[in-house]
Amino acid sequence: MVAARSVNTTLRGLTLTLTLAALLLGGIVASAVLGQLPVSPAEVGGSLLRSLGIQNAWAPTDSIVESTLWVVRFPRIAMAMVVGAALAVAGAVMQAIFGNPLAEPGVVGVSSGAALGAAIAIVVGVAALGDSAIALFAFVGGLLATLLVYFVSRANGRTEVVTLLLTGIAVNAFAGAGLAFLLFVADSGSREQIVFWQLGSLNGSRWSEVLIVALVTAIGLVAAVVLARPFDLLALGERNARHLGVNVERLRIVSIVIVALLTGVAVAFVGIIAFVGLVVPHAMRMAIGPAHRPLIIASAVGGAVLLVLSDLLARSVVPGGDLPIGLLTSLIGGPFFFYLLFRQRRQSGGWA
Amino acid sequence: MISARNVSVRLDSRAILDDVSLDVAPGEVLALVGPNGAGKSTLLSVLSGDRKPDSGTVTIDGRDIGGIRHAELARLRAVLTQENTVSFPFRVSEVVAMGRSPWSRTRDSRDDVAVVNDALAVTDVAHLSERRFTTLSGGEKARVSLARVLAQHTPVVFLDEPTAALDLRHQEEVMRVARSMAADGRAVVVVLHDLSLAGAYSDRLALVAHGTLDAIGTPSEVLTAERVERVYGLAVDLHDVGGHPVVVPRR
Repeated sequence: MVAARSVNTTLRGLTLTLTLAALLLGGIVASAVLGQLPVSPAEVGGSLLRSLGIQNAWAPTDSIVESTLWVVRFPRIAMAMVVGAALAVAGAVMQAIFGNPLAEPGVVGVSSGAALGAAIAIVVGVAALGDSAIALFAFVGGLLATLLVYFVSRANGRTEVVTLLLTGIAVNAFAGAGLAFLLFVADSGSREQIVFWQLGSLNGSRWSEVLIVALVTAIGLVAAVVLARPFDLLALGERNARHLGVNVERLRIVSIVIVALLTGVAVAFVGIIAFVGLVVPHAMRMAIGPAHRPLIIASAVGGAVLLVLSDLLARSVVPGGDLPIGLLTSLIGGPFFFYLLFRQRRQSGGWA
Repeated sequence: MISARNVSVRLDSRAILDDVSLDVAPGEVLALVGPNGAGKSTLLSVLSGDRKPDSGTVTIDGRDIGGIRHAELARLRAVLTQENTVSFPFRVSEVVAMGRSPWSRTRDSRDDVAVVNDALAVTDVAHLSERRFTTLSGGEKARVSLARVLAQHTPVVFLDEPTAALDLRHQEEVMRVARSMAADGRAVVVVLHDLSLAGAYSDRLALVAHGTLDAIGTPSEVLTAERVERVYGLAVDLHDVGGHPVVVPRR
């Protein structure tokens, strides 16, 4: 009976992998092709091949096309992928340690904590020291927010939905007040930067930034995959996980650091993009089940797909305009969150 | 195998356990019985290494249980707790397979599939193996959790009220599983409320009252009408059915 199931699981995994790969590839090509300066798919492929050292006839001869792709569009696409992966993995890890499928960095206030950290860096002037300084402040802000939410909202090794959401409201309110104060005292240049953080945008992504996010995301992803089995056991409750040999205290601390790292670095460069960590792990869980190793990997890819497609939408839905991407993900994520709340309430007959 | 010496646990200066000493031997079923709030669950959590006693020692195979690493302890003892919820919709077979995780990267992990299938069969949940744990009834969840504990395959097994949510037949079956584990040479400690069930299936019975061990011995030694009346504050009649004491409240 165990063997029969694994064939079915493999089949589902394969279907999901192919679907995500197709969506990602389609999204990448469409994002590279569409825009104020039209580029043909052949030119995109040719340019990529040439960068690998393969000379070919399709590569664009126009240097404006070449620089549009490599300075504007490719870094933006790459940033969408790594940020999407970071946020989705952060969500999956958070849900695992909270034992609650509604935990998400944006909802519980980790993102706004990170944004507050980044805003402090900008206003105080630390940002002048470089991109990594903002990232560091965002990480510390996100870490403090995660720790706060974690220790306030847990009782007997579990987190009830009501407590979690109320804690999120409190943290978001506090971080919002902090951001508002910084907006008030900041000069107009910093003010613009902070407003950008609150809405989230991938506009103007640079390769140097992409590199930092990619590095941190890779570390977080590997750590999360290594911890996948303990996360599975944690679903049995803390006591049972401990009986099965999990060092729950250590797992908790390491996971909180992973969540803060992933969220912090994403928020530092593209601002608050909410609900990615909620929608993606949920969709993946529906497709391939709750086992964390495949779930975390699928979430990373799914997050990349979601943000590449959302960003494509964000910059093409209004001609010539660039919508904040955080607005779009919240537009999808908000109703989805409603649906999850409704379903959970109906299933458990209450808010527990 | 498990040995507790002069164990005391205090909570806000109130003694939950007071100077309890107890040994559990391989191949026996030891039942812990007693009124609500007597300290049975606390005793179980001290014996299983969940809780550090304020004074006294607990050793497993002569080693202090507090000094054994999590992963190794999980290969020495398994615990069935009263609370068995699963946060995500794992399948029953996946939940039972989680019991094998302490053995991953050891030679015993070769037997994983066989051990899991065996545990599913013994606890009468094999037909549920493809179901999501979150969709099961209370009694089914309890049996699946028992299967998980069984799959952990440890020399010492603690069961905290394993029969609480079960119907008559499954109560008997769970206790038969406990007996067969003891027959394999494992030590089984089980908290029970049903004195007759404890009397029928345990080798020894420990009666816990007010945080102390009121009596310990064979079921017929411990279960006397006079003692049960004194500890529980309820008049009872004791009958002998096939050599096992059966306790019936006087109504």
